[in-house]
Amino acid sequence: MSARPNIDVSNLPTFAFGHRPLTWWCTWSLILIEGGMFVVIFATYFFLRTPVPDWPPGVAYPRPFWGTVNLVIILVSCLPNHWAKKAAESLDLRGVRVWLAVMIVFAFAATAVRFVEFGYLNCRWDQNAYGSIVWVSMGAHLLHLVTDVLDSIVLLALLIVGPVEGTRFTDASENALYWYFVVALWVPLYVIIYWVPRWM
Amino acid sequence: MAEEPLKRELANDEALAEEVADEHERRALEKTWGDEPGFWGWLASTNHKTVGKRFIYTAFGFFILAGILAVLMRVQLARPESTFLNPDLYNQIFTMHGTTMMFLFAVPVMEAVAVFILPLMLGARNIAFPRLNAFGYWVYLFGGIMLWVAFVMNVGPDAGWFAYVPLSGPEYGAGKRADFWAQMITFTEVSALVVATEIITTFFKLRAPGMSLNRVPIYCWSVLVMAFMVFFAMPTIAWASACLMMDRLIGTHFFNPAEGGDPLLWQHLFWFFGHPEVYIIFIPGTGFVSTILSTFSRRPIFGYTALVLSLVSTGFIGFGLWVHHMFATGLPRLGESFFTGATIMIAIPSGVQIFCWIATLWGGRPRFKSPMMFVLGFFFIFVIGGMTGVMQGAVPVDLQVHDTYFVVAHFHYVLIGGAVFPLFGAFHYWFPKVTGRMLGEKLGHLTFWVMFVGFNLTFFPMHILGLRGMPRRVYTYQPHLGWGDLNLLASAGGVLLTLGVLLFIVNALRSLRAGVLASDNPWGAATLEWATTSPPPAYNFLYPPTVDSRDTLWTQPADQPVVVGLRSDVREVLVTRTLDAEPDLKAEFPDSSIWPLLAALATTAMFIGTIFTPWAFPVGMVPIFATLTGWFWPKKRQAEERPPEEVKQKHGKRYYKLRGQES
Repeated sequence: MSARPNIDVSNLPTFAFGHRPLTWWCTWSLILIEGGMFVVIFATYFFLRTPVPDWPPGVAYPRPFWGTVNLVIILVSCLPNHWAKKAAESLDLRGVRVWLAVMIVFAFAATAVRFVEFGYLNCRWDQNAYGSIVWVSMGAHLLHLVTDVLDSIVLLALLIVGPVEGTRFTDASENALYWYFVVALWVPLYVIIYWVPRWM
Repeated sequence: MAEEPLKRELANDEALAEEVADEHERRALEKTWGDEPGFWGWLASTNHKTVGKRFIYTAFGFFILAGILAVLMRVQLARPESTFLNPDLYNQIFTMHGTTMMFLFAVPVMEAVAVFILPLMLGARNIAFPRLNAFGYWVYLFGGIMLWVAFVMNVGPDAGWFAYVPLSGPEYGAGKRADFWAQMITFTEVSALVVATEIITTFFKLRAPGMSLNRVPIYCWSVLVMAFMVFFAMPTIAWASACLMMDRLIGTHFFNPAEGGDPLLWQHLFWFFGHPEVYIIFIPGTGFVSTILSTFSRRPIFGYTALVLSLVSTGFIGFGLWVHHMFATGLPRLGESFFTGATIMIAIPSGVQIFCWIATLWGGRPRFKSPMMFVLGFFFIFVIGGMTGVMQGAVPVDLQVHDTYFVVAHFHYVLIGGAVFPLFGAFHYWFPKVTGRMLGEKLGHLTFWVMFVGFNLTFFPMHILGLRGMPRRVYTYQPHLGWGDLNLLASAGGVLLTLGVLLFIVNALRSLRAGVLASDNPWGAATLEWATTSPPPAYNFLYPPTVDSRDTLWTQPADQPVVVGLRSDVREVLVTRTLDAEPDLKAEFPDSSIWPLLAALATTAMFIGTIFTPWAFPVGMVPIFATLTGWFWPKKRQAEERPPEEVKQKHGKRYYKLRGQES
């Protein structure tokens, strides 16, 4: 072997953050796929909106109180999320555990409030096409909230019972990235669900 | 004076030591990367070659099934007023033929070949996310089986492969036929999307050192473009089919005009996926063409940069054409003009590719081996299909031939010409790499000629039938309409085409048993999959290769460096940088696992359950979540073996306390 010209890679690191590890590419793939799905959902909303003179058709406006509460919860959750990401990237195990736990509390609260929100939409999914798109788009976002709560809990469990390895910190960092995406989805969806009927 | 023999002896010793070390490495890698023995190991495999072969065989199986349906249709249409098939069965058969060909054969087979070839061509040991890869295969298999079981039980979809509402909606689509169709979409989309994720990550992160983006083989670029198109096209159809299912199951009104829904919404959503779908199938086909053409012209491909840019721009333009499927729905004139322009524009990148291929042939020394014959056949057929496509891009022509056999002729010329002929070329080309044996060359040529003549006899008359007014999707026609003779001719061609496919199967089976043993690089090709044995070992390369040019096997010196320093006792791979492919990280791939299969079974149960009750969705999520947790939970012993120094230094005592042991 000594005679063969070679590139020795034995000293390379086994984990990293940002776009270097494979996990980042998987997270962004999910974001692109699901983000694309939401773009189509938004397009469907406006496609159904366009030909109708009254919007919402034949039902009252959705009441924005709980939706706004959820907007606040979800936006504030960016702070613990940011700190969890920073802690992960500086290999601060205690920090990741604490901030990830706080993050889960926020995500759980957002999920709980979402169930309340459905009661204030003032329509049913089987009432008309407006009701269908409102319920289903809210439901699609709910699915993201639930998924994120569950996979964050699994990640936290892994970080607590161990064994802790380098890639676990990468996972925590990626988990935070994905939560930003869930947050970024809610902002336009909130505007569309609660304010577009009033403005457009 | 005694120095010379001494040196020689030392050199011999060194060579011997090297051989011993290589053998040692080979055994270690085989143990680490090989599938576990037995049926269990077979189910748990996550090797890209094992999964890729399964994918290819399964997709080919669906091709045969859909082909049998095509033969049944040709028998029915061979003469007027035939009673061979009744109208209801005919509806199911043409729907199943299109659905199976598009969703269960064409897209999966293109991804399947990529799953097998891409990591080898890039010099990687496995595809990125190997467990996801196994999951993608199982989900696809179960979805396909579900659809075909439904069909055999007379619950096959019957509203066409595009399932237009309201025909497929709750008002007209009674029973569960359309639901099985819509749920098959969910299965195949999940599968296509996970494989696309693997392809993109493998392309950008697992390339051999030295393979900067400007040295990546064209085929890899083509599957990259395909994967991105899957990303942006598939969510739309997944959303559309979910809406259709909800309209049918829980009373939503997305497509119900009485309650503010719109049937045209379905058409927009479907074709926003459906048109790019054609390019998802065709673009990897062009990748085969470029690869085979370069090898058998014995020269680098002409116009590499132009070809890559053509692929990418085809990918973009492909998303701007969907409305040309809807010219007959009464759209605004400006919209029609825009989409006519966009449709005709796609001829530009396609034309660039064709001229680059002609230039490659022109400047090369072509060898007319069987893979090359399929590529030449592709030129003839695809150019005709492309030209009738440009014709139909013009609204007046489109309105005239809309829903006639002219369209059927056109898209078979495009899809069989653009995808199936290159695919058969690829089968002939990579058969020795996959199986270790050469396909029979004479039978290969015969296969080509029978398929080529059979194809044209089947589909060329359909242009004329369409122009004479024969509509699509009719189960029979009256004698006085004068369509009998051409239909009979098309059916005769169908027999020949079927014979061609049978010849291929015979050739493949014979060659598997008694074909000539293949060397590492029997065609004298330039890309990395030919730098390892035929078939490749579980770990692909004894020492991961490096690359010094685009056509590396033609240009590299004998002492081109290899990669060393990866562990052989675990599945460690080299991750390289996105643009220049400089070594960056060592990543450990997970072991083979049964969890992807269990997760796919849980997913299948949930998907099938939701055909019958919405409660299957929340309830079905529980086993899915459980199996995914099992999938991602690391094996404790292995995780303990790999605490990297960085983590150890940072956490010191606390880390070891965590593991319940002192350092």
